[in-house]
Amino acid sequence: MTVEASTPAGERMTLNMGPHHPATHGVLRIVVESDGEVVARCTPDHGYLHRSIEKIGECVEWPMFVPYTDRIDYVCAMNANLAYCVAVERLLASDPATTVVVPRRAECIRVLVAELNRISSHLIAVGAMAMDVGAYTPFLHGIAQREAVNDIFEKLCGQRLTYNYVTIGGVAFDLHDGAVAEIAAFLDQFEREMQRFNRLVTTNTIFRDRCAGLAVVDAAQAIAWGLVGPNLRGSGVDFDLRRDESYGIYGELDVRVPKGEAFAGRHGRQGDAYDRYVVRLLEIQESVRLCRAVLQLLPPAADKPADPLGGHQAEVSKILRKVPKGAVHVRTEAPRGEMGYWIVSDGGKVPFRVRCRTGSFTAAGMFQHVMRGIFLADVVAVIGSFDVVVPEIDR
Amino acid sequence: MTRREGPGDAFDDRIHLTAVDEFLAWGKEHSLFYLLFATACCGIELMQAGGPRYDVDRLGMIPRATPRQADLMIVAGTITHKMASRVRTLWEQMGEPRWVVSMGSCANSGGPFSKWSYSVLNGIDKYVPVDVYVPGCPPRPEALIDGVMALRERVRRYRTLGERSTEPHVVAGHEAPFGARCQLPPPDAPAGDGGRA
Amino acid sequence: MTALSHEQIAAAVRSVCPEVGDQRASNGRPFLHVPAAAVADVARCLRDDPALRFDALMDLTAVDLLQFPYTPPRDDIAVVYLLFSYAHRHKITLEVFAPRQACAVPSVAAVWPAAIYFEREVFDLFGVTFTGHPQLRRILMPDDWQGHPLRKDYLYPADYHGVPHLRDGQSFSTSPPRAEGTS
Repeated sequence: MTVEASTPAGERMTLNMGPHHPATHGVLRIVVESDGEVVARCTPDHGYLHRSIEKIGECVEWPMFVPYTDRIDYVCAMNANLAYCVAVERLLASDPATTVVVPRRAECIRVLVAELNRISSHLIAVGAMAMDVGAYTPFLHGIAQREAVNDIFEKLCGQRLTYNYVTIGGVAFDLHDGAVAEIAAFLDQFEREMQRFNRLVTTNTIFRDRCAGLAVVDAAQAIAWGLVGPNLRGSGVDFDLRRDESYGIYGELDVRVPKGEAFAGRHGRQGDAYDRYVVRLLEIQESVRLCRAVLQLLPPAADKPADPLGGHQAEVSKILRKVPKGAVHVRTEAPRGEMGYWIVSDGGKVPFRVRCRTGSFTAAGMFQHVMRGIFLADVVAVIGSFDVVVPEIDR
Repeated sequence: MTRREGPGDAFDDRIHLTAVDEFLAWGKEHSLFYLLFATACCGIELMQAGGPRYDVDRLGMIPRATPRQADLMIVAGTITHKMASRVRTLWEQMGEPRWVVSMGSCANSGGPFSKWSYSVLNGIDKYVPVDVYVPGCPPRPEALIDGVMALRERVRRYRTLGERSTEPHVVAGHEAPFGARCQLPPPDAPAGDGGRA
Repeated sequence: MTALSHEQIAAAVRSVCPEVGDQRASNGRPFLHVPAAAVADVARCLRDDPALRFDALMDLTAVDLLQFPYTPPRDDIAVVYLLFSYAHRHKITLEVFAPRQACAVPSVAAVWPAAIYFEREVFDLFGVTFTGHPQLRRILMPDDWQGHPLRKDYLYPADYHGVPHLRDGQSFSTSPPRAEGTS
């Protein structure tokens, strides 16, 4: 469903969208050159939220960088914490003397919070996408469920958004009393709520037909442009780092990977905006299943207050004064796809280089390619379907 | 005879005697339309404040997509040097009277980025005059609502016809961080066109 | 789908480009040093060879090696290419050293379009010029920004367009090296 622009370049209209625009998911600026209603060229402009987080990584000590990872992607801060901590642990493991073993209970809690946060992140994604095509109510449904996850996290670590909960070597606190029952109750309630959400949005003909066949990305393109996570799977590539390059205890769990199959029916094509949307919904279901599975695996807490999580935090902070020299690249599956940390250590207590590759960055890189030939009104729908979060692009 | 909420003295529940200015201020106070403008983490909390649980709509706060229809700008999140002049432009497009709430540590003072970041502006008050500072990283929706309540106190004292005070009205608990208020730079464009541009 | 071992990948690359440097195992992963001039050709071969099929650029970034404890010290910027093959599920890391004063590396944007953004970012933050890049300009910083922030000898600006960086009365016990005067 693309139309070629026919007006010569000099006579086109230039439309500036952002950096303040209600539908750009933050401070993203896109300069659209349009031929009537058709986008002839699209030039994204980034950096309005470039907070120099990678430079800060070279200035602060190893554990002090964890709060900054929260701010790389605040919609799924748990996953962002986890990505950095797993990478540092992998670097520490290059020397047997500094190897840190994460206690099993902490490993289970990590997966639990990461999957809960994936749910709440995808809720924003699907809600915002519905809002981008003109339906405001689904977003409020998403927010309402997100509040429930926030409540659980708040009891767990005292914060609603930027958790700083996953630490190098474990997690900051043990689960609070009654957390297991609370999470199980939330999951039951949430599944019913999602059925309502699907009736309202997913099976809605207007929404489905609007997104069907929009901004189609085939598998080869998705790989070449570096799409990751749900955007990659939406194009039909069967790849998930939790299953194919597992970290933590994901290897023990049976992670099922949904992929795009032209869900929109007659007008749909594999890898269109609707596929990316549906893959996110299927991943929410999968996360609910993983949360339940991990609650089964959760070993009982050791006697309080001695050391519910192994009690090796003091030892870990000693190890982190002298991290072995070397480089490591670890990728983890965040809700917006691969979050890959390339970390270089010069053997000191401060990282030499912390590089964070995020899913939104490459998705934004693809805008100039996929926006060409679509209608102006679809620009925001396409942004929504890729679920870009601006601090992830800019960092 | 019951006293309804409103300015001035009430004779019965239908007649109020008041100054025009107080009446206008009362109206403004209860319809603070805010600019839908979020830059970073605080923006998510701002959205959740507008969500079903906190529901700031009940305070007469309706989000507006364009600055020309907004009375209040909530600067929610980190402002970088690249973004700052855009915030100023947005503020200049808002009609008078206009108010600014700085939400979160980044907008107040640069927050966790103030020391080691090369690109973050340490406080949006270098570009636009801030009325109320809401601390937190990010502030909870309750904290934001508390900041708005503090702002409403300020709005109540605003005089449309009468003489306006030029003294900054500092609300306890919402003062500028690091004491001194920063000086505004000279505007690039003529400021305060009353939203006519 | 047959994943090759590190040695097999290195041997295959060396057969195409004999000047590829030593293989250094770094955390269980081949780490090949490629001469800057040859990187685009090596990249194309890595992508097109049916046994290698590195169809994805996971990441392209750089490290400023100034101050890194090398003996003898290096005055280079290392551009790092992290490649992955969805077809065979194997990985490789390429490293290219570019001298700080005149760092120019051929662009791989024609091989993997994902590199368009990655290379723009490295150009912006490290000042590495990628020759043959279709749209090489700053991506994150404003166009009139001075310097390349992720270089180790970068001086933080004192102000931007006359607006000072620090607040009145704000000071820190330790702070990054800051330039004097206007940026």
